[in-house]
Amino acid sequence: MFLEVTQSLLEGFVTTFQIFILTLLLALPLGLIVSFGSMSRFKPLKWVIKTIIWIIRGTPLMLQIIVIFYGPGLMFDYQYPTLYLFGIYELSPRFVCVLIAFVINYACYFSEIFRGGIESIPKGQYEAGQVLGLTKIQTFFRVVLMQVVKRIVPPMSNEIITLVKDTSLARIIMVYEIIWSAQRFIKSDGLLWPLFYTGAFYLAFCGILTLLFGFIEKKLDYYRG
Amino acid sequence: MAILELTNIHKNFGRTRVLKGIDLTLEKGQVLSVIGSSGSGKTTLLRCINFLEIADKGEIKVNDKVIFRAGEKISSKEIRKRQLNFGLVFQDFNLFPQYTVLDNVMLAPRLLAKEEYKGDRKKKREIFAEIHENAVKILEHVGLSDKTDNYPCELSGGQKQRVSIARALALSPEILFFDEPTSALDPELTGEILKVIRKLAAEKTTMVIVTHEIDFAEAVSDRIIFMDDGVIAEEGTPEEVIHNPKNERTRAFLTKLSDK
Repeated sequence: MFLEVTQSLLEGFVTTFQIFILTLLLALPLGLIVSFGSMSRFKPLKWVIKTIIWIIRGTPLMLQIIVIFYGPGLMFDYQYPTLYLFGIYELSPRFVCVLIAFVINYACYFSEIFRGGIESIPKGQYEAGQVLGLTKIQTFFRVVLMQVVKRIVPPMSNEIITLVKDTSLARIIMVYEIIWSAQRFIKSDGLLWPLFYTGAFYLAFCGILTLLFGFIEKKLDYYRG
Repeated sequence: MAILELTNIHKNFGRTRVLKGIDLTLEKGQVLSVIGSSGSGKTTLLRCINFLEIADKGEIKVNDKVIFRAGEKISSKEIRKRQLNFGLVFQDFNLFPQYTVLDNVMLAPRLLAKEEYKGDRKKKREIFAEIHENAVKILEHVGLSDKTDNYPCELSGGQKQRVSIARALALSPEILFFDEPTSALDPELTGEILKVIRKLAAEKTTMVIVTHEIDFAEAVSDRIIFMDDGVIAEEGTPEEVIHNPKNERTRAFLTKLSDK
């Protein structure tokens, strides 16, 4: 039984991991773009972005998933098509909706971390770049970004570890992640322990991430300032 | 022919008038020191010349070519190009902390070379090697040969400031500007910076130095200007400005300094 449960949970964990890693890969760059918007000197853009961030951070992620998945059907009678990645991999609409909700939600949180990091870099760094004839883009990518990364590793790791556990919200629209896999055993076999067993998976995964962040921090520790 | 010529530079911050019409010329190879109490507009003047602030009125010429005229719209690309006439050493260094001393010095020339020789890899490699060689030479010149692989956080304030001088020199600017280069340093470290500036002066580097070190200004400058409340109140040789000031306010300023 233990093996059977483990195998089933591992299958669920694959989905959990997919949500996690895809959200991370998409929300990090999107978050950076959103942070530029929220720092824009063009006021209308800035306020649109600030409003979006307010809505996304001000409502539960669970609600956002529901709205994205059921909203179009309820309001416009629109059905999501099944998408195919590279023409082969089937992407269920449920999974895509979860991903969209997670990416938007996390991009907003990440954007605020980026903004904090970018705004903490002294103006002198930009000025030094300017008087040395660097373009604004060169100054950002060659001078500022590395320093931002160093400063935001601790708050980012916090947010990323929260993301690991937030993936469990996907089951609200029946995306079979690890908690769902465990709950099935309550219904079918009356077993409660698989649910608690999932904790071990989360713990192990977050442990690995913690080590990884520690490693990154150490890697970036060669300079101060 | 003057290497630098400022005509009627004005700058306001909101309703505060910081520069109220600055006229200034500088000959090639000259060292000019700018003295004056805080708030007199010294730093703002430097920042206006270096495109860090945009003057509201006036004109700046380098070698008789207009590089700035108030109200004229120029592209940021053009500003960058014109900016390279000048080098600026900041009061608080502004070194890039994630790069080694050598990389700090090489970053800007290499990025410029990369743009210029895009596609031509062989040429780029040659130029990169040249830039490296040049950077090593400059660092040796400011006495930091043994620190090339260190990070800025491992250096003393005086060493940091010397790196920042080397970084500015690496782009071979026509004129090198210093914005209170010793103000952020412990008194015992100012000497090494002043020594480097003296050396550059002896090599006929054209320099403009905003400073509070009156003795140093006297020793190193060909000319000194005293700024007060957004105007040049007095201008002349060190002998004239420091020992025989004509202006009441210059006298008051110098007395205040020597009282300390």
